[in-house]
Amino acid sequence: MPGVDGEPAPRPRVGVLSLQGDFERHSRTLEACGASPVRVTLPEHLADLGALVLPGGESSTMLRLMDATGLRAPLETFLRVKPVLGTCAGVILLGRETDRLPRETFGVLDIATSRNAYGRQVHSFTAPVEAPAAGGTLTGVFIRAPRITRVGAGVEVIARRERDRGESEVVGVRCGNVVGITFHPELTGDLRLHRWFLTAVAQLALPTPAAASGPRTAAEPRGSEAA
Amino acid sequence: MNQQEQFRLKVGLAEMLKGGVIMDVMSADQAEIAQEAGAAAVMALERIPSEIRRQGGVARMSDPLMIRAIQKAVDIPVMAKCRIGHLAEAQILEALEIDFIDESEVLTPADEEHHVWKHDFKIPFVCGCRDLGEALRRIGEGAALIRTKGEAGTGNIVEAVRHMRSVQKHLKRLASLRDDELMSEAKTLGAPLELVRQVAKTGRLPVPNFAAGGVALPADASLMMQLGAEAVFVGSGIFEVGKDLAPADQRKAQLTMASAIVKAVANYDRPELLAEISTGLPVAMRGISLETLTEEQRLARRGW
Repeated sequence: MPGVDGEPAPRPRVGVLSLQGDFERHSRTLEACGASPVRVTLPEHLADLGALVLPGGESSTMLRLMDATGLRAPLETFLRVKPVLGTCAGVILLGRETDRLPRETFGVLDIATSRNAYGRQVHSFTAPVEAPAAGGTLTGVFIRAPRITRVGAGVEVIARRERDRGESEVVGVRCGNVVGITFHPELTGDLRLHRWFLTAVAQLALPTPAAASGPRTAAEPRGSEAA
Repeated sequence: MNQQEQFRLKVGLAEMLKGGVIMDVMSADQAEIAQEAGAAAVMALERIPSEIRRQGGVARMSDPLMIRAIQKAVDIPVMAKCRIGHLAEAQILEALEIDFIDESEVLTPADEEHHVWKHDFKIPFVCGCRDLGEALRRIGEGAALIRTKGEAGTGNIVEAVRHMRSVQKHLKRLASLRDDELMSEAKTLGAPLELVRQVAKTGRLPVPNFAAGGVALPADASLMMQLGAEAVFVGSGIFEVGKDLAPADQRKAQLTMASAIVKAVANYDRPELLAEISTGLPVAMRGISLETLTEEQRLARRGW
């Protein structure tokens, strides 16, 4: 949406919880989408954000650091009103129930998750994900991923993955302006899911692709060229 | 799965560890202390580097029994070390479903000429380096994560600083070169041309870059983060602490030091918070001045 006098819309400020995890890849993806990523480690960093991303990483480590930096309570308040995208560890934190964590999760998504549900790293995998709202088939990168084991009433399924014998499993959900997925679009260079979250869910105006300096896909995704 | 997808999964796990602390542990009890302190992963090994230095002898891969006990005790990723070039140890660690293998100079090398061909494995490897050429050689072999070698088991940060500065300096230099200068640079570095070209273009390593070797205090961790490390390995700095204390006090001292280093990495650029974190800590490991080590005692010389 252009602003007054045809000026391109300013880049919206979008926070990335950066206590621990793959916050850097999310920041780069947001930047490529035309947003202005903000590193969030202290309560004051939550001011004036249009939305927030909870990245992958170690959910137990993040929960402990939130307590240590006083971020827990302000984050709880923030999550009740503002748009948020949680990936992998992030969806665990957003959910209502999970297993073996030192501290209760935020519970803003009425779902249950099971941590490391597919097993250790040797069982990490790549598989196609169907996410019609976010643009169709995405490359699902699942790393020591959790599983969504229960989806509550009022929670919409936004992404599924085919399993054996025609069965499918839920890998992404949405409730209002809270989105949680168990895979990692930020590792693929594909901007569709982030763009969908920023524009359709968070209702943020991004500079048009021509005005944004970033290309349509994130530049030089790590781990795709060196092999 | 093709090799490119495989490599993305490997580097992906390394990305998840960023901003975190990976702690050396020698037992399931220590692994629990590490997890309680907020470690992003643990490294299972029989003797922390400071003990390897004291006791001497050949240092090998850890006993699978101990590795399994640690895997059972914690939910965070579990890493383990194999000797440089010891592909059989690496295969055993993969069969044990270790999350990350450290092909490490801390153990006695099994091969003085060849490192493990890491592309052959499904699980990711981390390798140490002293400079950019060494980092790119290991990435060429398939390493998904690079760390400084530092000088393990000394509690002395000076070598890790030297190695990190060397890598960063050379990254900047590469970015300033013309295309027709890169072949000559690749020759000097002893690194694959394709990786040299990629680094020249992007200005960064194609995999994450962590610090290791000599971190003993929160301030050391902060220093390494400020020099460009994206996460920190702590070897002897935690479980060498409080060794002469009674068991309960020892546990408390180790937990305090471990939590402090975790907080320091997350807040590495906030001196006022670091001052608070650094206050009232248990006595850090005594450490070793590098001048007192003979060339043979320097672990960073192992591998090339």
